[in-house]
Amino acid sequence: MRTISTTWSLLLSAAVVFAFSAVSWSQVTQYDEEQRMNMESHVGKLTGHAKDGQGLYRRFCIGCHGPIGDGEGENAQWIDPKPRNFTLGIFKCRSTPTGTLPTDEDLFNTIGRGLVNSNMPRWFPLSDQDRADLIAYVKHFSPRFAKEKPGPVLQIPAEPAVTAERIKAGQEVFRHAECWKCHGVTGRANGPSADTLTDDFNRPIKPFNFHDGTRFKCGETDRDLYRIFMTGLDSTPMPSFADNLKPDEAWDLVMYLRTLQPMNTPEKQIAKKLGLKPINPNAPAAQSQTK
Amino acid sequence: MKSLYKSAAILAVLVVVALGLLFTDTRVNAAGEGKVTGSIKLEGTAPHMRPIDMSKDPTCSKQHPTPARLENVVVGPNGGLANVVVYISQGLSASAAAAVPSKPIVWDQKGCMYQPHVAGMDVGQQLQVVNSDPTTHNIHPMPQPGGGNIGWNKSQPQGSPPFTTSWKAEEVAIPVKCNIHPWMHGYMVVVKGPYGVSDPSGSFTLDNVPPGTYTLTAWHETYGTQTQKVTVAAGKPATVNFTFKAK
Repeated sequence: MRTISTTWSLLLSAAVVFAFSAVSWSQVTQYDEEQRMNMESHVGKLTGHAKDGQGLYRRFCIGCHGPIGDGEGENAQWIDPKPRNFTLGIFKCRSTPTGTLPTDEDLFNTIGRGLVNSNMPRWFPLSDQDRADLIAYVKHFSPRFAKEKPGPVLQIPAEPAVTAERIKAGQEVFRHAECWKCHGVTGRANGPSADTLTDDFNRPIKPFNFHDGTRFKCGETDRDLYRIFMTGLDSTPMPSFADNLKPDEAWDLVMYLRTLQPMNTPEKQIAKKLGLKPINPNAPAAQSQTK
Repeated sequence: MKSLYKSAAILAVLVVVALGLLFTDTRVNAAGEGKVTGSIKLEGTAPHMRPIDMSKDPTCSKQHPTPARLENVVVGPNGGLANVVVYISQGLSASAAAAVPSKPIVWDQKGCMYQPHVAGMDVGQQLQVVNSDPTTHNIHPMPQPGGGNIGWNKSQPQGSPPFTTSWKAEEVAIPVKCNIHPWMHGYMVVVKGPYGVSDPSGSFTLDNVPPGTYTLTAWHETYGTQTQKVTVAAGKPATVNFTFKAK
């Protein structure tokens, strides 16, 4: 009698344990299958749906970003910089502070713009609705998008008029914030720390060369440039300067950076007239005297 | 009717007992008079820590008349191993684990080195990041992706005010680097409950440990982790010693 009851109680407890684990497992997979595939994106008036983006992703993105979005697609081994791992929810081009999620609009713009100096092209053939659907699908890869909200969007004041004073002040910001440590005194990506840089995954990475084309990693306008150094490019060595640059200083820096570029910008003409020389990092005392 | 009164009386007694238990529990925890001390030794010859070439940034090298050395293994004169974080990995009650010290942890960038090289901190404890150098640093902690903590990367030009932040989840350990000065490297060890970090003599202290039996874990960036059981009594410091073997 006693052994029978022991057997029964053992069986019963085993059944309970099994039932519990089965229920919790189905909850987890349900979350993955359904809740994530319900991910939406909102860009302007458009609403994107992950379910609609799945087919597009499999056609256009899977080769590099991989079937599970981890950036390990079959082309990934031939590519540098490596395709983004969407499962981490970390993105370079954001209008939000460092360490926060990008907005849907940021991701939307990245698809349309492509990433210069990488294998990510501009996806012109995709309609706006397609891009919105793709964003929803890209977001469904990372649990971060289910748990967190994007950070507050960086507010960029209207661009002031370009003046000689502003360009000179911008050069002082370039010296003081030590942009030249990586980007070089003339913006040729040859600063003293340039060849030691690695990204968060310990892969070598190059700083941006301002003489190299007109597009930046995250756009080509003055506002894009402002946004890049204020929010930083997460997972790269490029930090956020939002804590330590006032909007005026940031605009000064934008104007100075425009003098380094190959196009004939109004800033470049003013710098030519001024006879602006590159900064001399080895004579900080002399620099501060002229200030 | 009578049985209703009876059950009400029993319920009332139960509530009183439960409340009493609740309060006595918090009182014991609040007293927090236990303590764990000990020392950490390195057995064998410590590896050579090579000097750092800071010549790429004269503002850094000028601050070191004799070159600074790497800090992966820092050993005191009597074999004590520094920068070991000792924390309670098992046995801590929920309320003791939730207690967060009010004093902020200061993470200073001085002489183009992190001071301290390894910092222990509680989940949610204030972390103050300071730049004492006449140069720009970018502070770039890199938590394990997919964990509870999210990495960020902020620049601190010379003369910038300190900023305060904190970590959301336990993590042993978060590597921190400065991309501008590639030799700058450190760790933030984020734990729940009391922790101690060993000094060059190897000694450490965990304060405010409620009496009980715990598993202690000692973590070192080069030599990994070790665990030991300890029983803490009120008002009497328990002693635990760890020995790491040089590879």
